[in-house]
Amino acid sequence: MPTGVPIEFASLTKTFGSVSAVSGLTVTIEPGQVTGFLGPNGAGKTTTLRMLLGLVRPTSGTATFGGTPYAKLASPLSTVGASLEAASFHPGRSARNHLAVHAQAAGLPKTAPDAALEKVGLSGYANRRVGGYSLGMRQRLGLAFALLGDPGVLVLDEPINGLDPEGIKWIRLLLRAMAAEGRTVLISSHLLSEVQQTVDDVIIISHGALVHRGELSSLDTSDSKQVQVNADERDRLAEVIRAAGYEVSNLRSGVLVENAAAADIGRIAFEAGIPLTALSQKRTGLEESFLTLVGEEGAL
Amino acid sequence: MNLVRGIRSEITKLLSTRLWWVLALIMVVYVAICAGGLAAVFGSVGSGARGPAISHAQLPQLIYSFASSIGYVFPVLLGALAVTSEFRYQSLTPAFLAQPRRGVVLGAKVVTLFLTGAVFGVLALLGSIGAGAAVLSAFGIDPLLGDPEIWAFVGRSVLAMALWSAIGVGLGALVPSQVAAIVIVLAFTQFVEPLLRFASSLTDWSAQLGQFLPGSASDALVGSSFFTIASAAGPALEWWQGGLVLAAIAAVATLIGFFTSWRRDVS
Repeated sequence: MPTGVPIEFASLTKTFGSVSAVSGLTVTIEPGQVTGFLGPNGAGKTTTLRMLLGLVRPTSGTATFGGTPYAKLASPLSTVGASLEAASFHPGRSARNHLAVHAQAAGLPKTAPDAALEKVGLSGYANRRVGGYSLGMRQRLGLAFALLGDPGVLVLDEPINGLDPEGIKWIRLLLRAMAAEGRTVLISSHLLSEVQQTVDDVIIISHGALVHRGELSSLDTSDSKQVQVNADERDRLAEVIRAAGYEVSNLRSGVLVENAAAADIGRIAFEAGIPLTALSQKRTGLEESFLTLVGEEGAL
Repeated sequence: MNLVRGIRSEITKLLSTRLWWVLALIMVVYVAICAGGLAAVFGSVGSGARGPAISHAQLPQLIYSFASSIGYVFPVLLGALAVTSEFRYQSLTPAFLAQPRRGVVLGAKVVTLFLTGAVFGVLALLGSIGAGAAVLSAFGIDPLLGDPEIWAFVGRSVLAMALWSAIGVGLGALVPSQVAAIVIVLAFTQFVEPLLRFASSLTDWSAQLGQFLPGSASDALVGSSFFTIASAAGPALEWWQGGLVLAAIAAVATLIGFFTSWRRDVS
């Protein structure tokens, strides 16, 4: 069983002319868990991953696998499996030959392509030209390329994009299982909701800089002080709460109370003898925290 | 070891799409028609007709040389497309992931296409000698298939085709845009170079330069072509010098391509 090594970014920086795509990214991704690499489109995710994989030269800083840059790995495909967003295959070549080309270049066993196709459920389409593949099948083929050398580290750029619900469930289970085996799994996405059931840890970047790093649950700040409440006698309810010194605004489905706790509002209504039809503390939620972190352009 | 793996991978790349056999098929048919046609013209007219006098001893090699003198554009195209399609379909991403040493990938490509160019040379000669010898024999002219001169010429032609294919790789690395590369190959081989060769033959000093044009060098290497017979006898390189000129063009183009397009960021 191949074991994962940590992915280490140290002051990684890339500038294109005067435009800074990634600036001073320093973060470590540990094995044994699925890490989400999040940020809006154009935040620098793909550039970061391409630098990690030796495809783009950093302006400064380093990106390594346990201290070794990609180009210096003894057997790259057996150490790191990567799939990048761009469809990078010749449309006239079959899936099996596409994988065979790269397995041969990397010196992997002859059985590797078929084994990888089997893992992603493409065995039945192995001899079909890739040009006729659907987006979901291309994603699976990209993943098959990543799995070709049975690597301890997986780096996947937007792997869920284009998959159908069944495919999403399948890749979620696969990635969780890979992490549980001790591998390092890094997946990027511009949608938190897309990966929130898959990842343990999140790294969020915006404008090429790290804005948040931590467990997924750390995103749910839950410091919301808003209470949503409703009653048949809505106007009287609002009046009573306002009289108790709270700031109140009307919603379509009830009354929103600022800086309040649900228990206090419930007691006020009870003492005034108003039967409530709804009472809840509003939660900010992961997605909202995410959008706050990455700024306006995250609301795509 | 890495290079051997790379060559194996490049061979799979070539054989797993349709391009190679489509190009080979067109080349063989084209070369065979030209060689057979010219053999028929010379065979029926006889050597006493007007025009350049060509003896029956010269004729077979001249006709067989269509394999390289008009067929060379096919290995060049194959070599150029083998590189530009990698850029076009972004397949350099997985290629450089499988082999991060980019020089090894390009080196394997040059070697593989050189070998494939030699195979194209053999196929083109099968076309030109097959059709040419059959037609010559039909007109009672000795096709000289037992002549060691002819077989030395065949060997040099195969080498020329292999070198042309390597030049194609260099061109593709130099001009990664597929459309641009195809246009350059066709415009240069079919139009620009013939004009340059003709123009350079007009004065003595330009003829000295003209012999280094890739087409002239190729003809020098092969030893004969319709071109050299049709144009006035100017200075010509030795066959091995012609080979070195072609190899140098391939090497320089590939090296410049390596340091420009090939080492660029892949995104």
